[in-house]
Amino acid sequence: MTAILETRALCKSFGAVTAAKDLNVRITKGEVVGVIGSNGAGKTTFINMVTGYLPPSSGEILFNGRPILGHTPRAITRAGMARSFQVAQLFPELTVLDNLLIALAAAESPRPSFLRPLRTKARIARAETILEEFRVTRFRDAVVTAVPQGARKLIDIAMALIGEPQMLLLDEPTSGVSVEEKTGLMDTVMSAVRHHGVTVLFVEHDMDVVRRYVSRLLAFYSGEIIADGPPTAVLEDQKVRDLVTGHGHGKSSNKGASA
Amino acid sequence: MMRLDRTELCLIAAAVVLAAGGLIAPGWLVFLLTMAFAKALVVQGVVMQMRAGLVSFGQGLFYCVGGYAVGMGGHFFGLTDLAVLLSAGVLAAMLLAMVLGLLLTRYRDIFFAMLSLAFSMILFGVLVKSPQLGSTDGFNVVSWTLFGWSPGKDAAPTTLLAVTLAASLAVALLLYRYVQAGVGVLCEAVRENEVRVEYLGLSPRWLLYSNYVAAAAVSALGGGLTALAAGHIDPEMAYWTTSGEFVFIALLGGTGHVAAPFLAALVFAVVRTYAIEFVPHSWQMILGFTLLGVIVFLPKGLWSLFSRAKAKGAAAS
Repeated sequence: MTAILETRALCKSFGAVTAAKDLNVRITKGEVVGVIGSNGAGKTTFINMVTGYLPPSSGEILFNGRPILGHTPRAITRAGMARSFQVAQLFPELTVLDNLLIALAAAESPRPSFLRPLRTKARIARAETILEEFRVTRFRDAVVTAVPQGARKLIDIAMALIGEPQMLLLDEPTSGVSVEEKTGLMDTVMSAVRHHGVTVLFVEHDMDVVRRYVSRLLAFYSGEIIADGPPTAVLEDQKVRDLVTGHGHGKSSNKGASA
Repeated sequence: MMRLDRTELCLIAAAVVLAAGGLIAPGWLVFLLTMAFAKALVVQGVVMQMRAGLVSFGQGLFYCVGGYAVGMGGHFFGLTDLAVLLSAGVLAAMLLAMVLGLLLTRYRDIFFAMLSLAFSMILFGVLVKSPQLGSTDGFNVVSWTLFGWSPGKDAAPTTLLAVTLAASLAVALLLYRYVQAGVGVLCEAVRENEVRVEYLGLSPRWLLYSNYVAAAAVSALGGGLTALAAGHIDPEMAYWTTSGEFVFIALLGGTGHVAAPFLAALVFAVVRTYAIEFVPHSWQMILGFTLLGVIVFLPKGLWSLFSRAKAKGAAAS
């Protein structure tokens, strides 16, 4: 199977602190990969490195077989790898519609027009379809600061998907979202992702969410990958139970466990 | 064919009314209007950058380049045509901005503000030390022509007001479209969240760079028109207090509308004229209190008076 994303011996140190150690990851097209690990395990550092936000200390990153180390985040985005953020990164003083219109204009060209209006009928129609797809139509004309967290997360992910990426990296898509909203949010996201045929890697703390949506799971601990495989196998792994999910001394009922 | 909306028609109507008024207005008012609108163009450059989250304390640089291009064009190259002189100023400012922008767009916040100021002061220093350019005294601008026609002393002020209003209208119409277009809105997006812009696959630096060069062109046009109206140029055009005046007017008007800098420049010119007339030794204090009042009571500038009235009207209906 073709690897869409591959990292070879990826390392990152912040002074004396090692945030990522010898990370070798190979993700094939169409996979939905979950990443678990306690705080400080290196999950976000991994996403930040592959999306060009943080330069690794050493190692290689290949996207579709091509090295992308040293590329800017925008070059990586243009190459087909998009991301969302732990804290939704939107344009807070603009409306939800304008946020989507900006993302649509960006997807059309890396050099936006000086005089062609942003608000064209075609773009607005497309933005309205996206709002519907992500079930946030009611926030169409609301300023982002007035929109609840769950909806902001969805808009953040919708904006990442607008550029029709081949791969999407989601950093804790359900963080800051109420327990009741989590499933609805993830159902919406995964339905959109499947519709667009995108490979997904997402960091998650909720084991219920992980079990429900991923086909493969990576467990991080102290900057290293300690387990990689099908979610059931990884969650049953003794090392993961001891170090990540915190269920090493009990039964394997890790429902809603937070890692 | 491009359709004009209500705002654009209002801008055209306002320019026509002002140009017609110029025909019957006394000389001092014609001069005041010309200077106010020319300076408003420079302020447009400041406002363009404020929309992108950057405050330029050195817009006097391009104002001065526009002015000196007009003066030097006539003095050293024998150019008299107004359109050629103004175009030379705009071109020179754009070329300079293309070079300086490479460095300046790497910086944000106070660093951008201070660096822009530094370049302006460098030009001031160069001009002060250039006897060929009149040093601190500067020099007079030669009489201009318009496509071969020389307006003469009597018609020159009114003609220049008409030209300034035409240039202001053209800039206002272009900027009105610009702030609603891709680059204009994306500059606001850069101000709001640069990281997201980058992760949409766009270069925030390219957006700021384009905006910086465009702002330089607009400001240089204002500088050229000021030089033609005043008939004299000197290094004060690049001095930091001149740049401060443009920031003052930008804050006075706000960033809410393309017409705001024109309104603010008019108010500023009137307040200053009367302050100098009535309290010649402390007119700056009057300006200070004016700005204080605007910041406290109208933090989004004078234009927010119109925005509030419009919002109230919409709510009532």
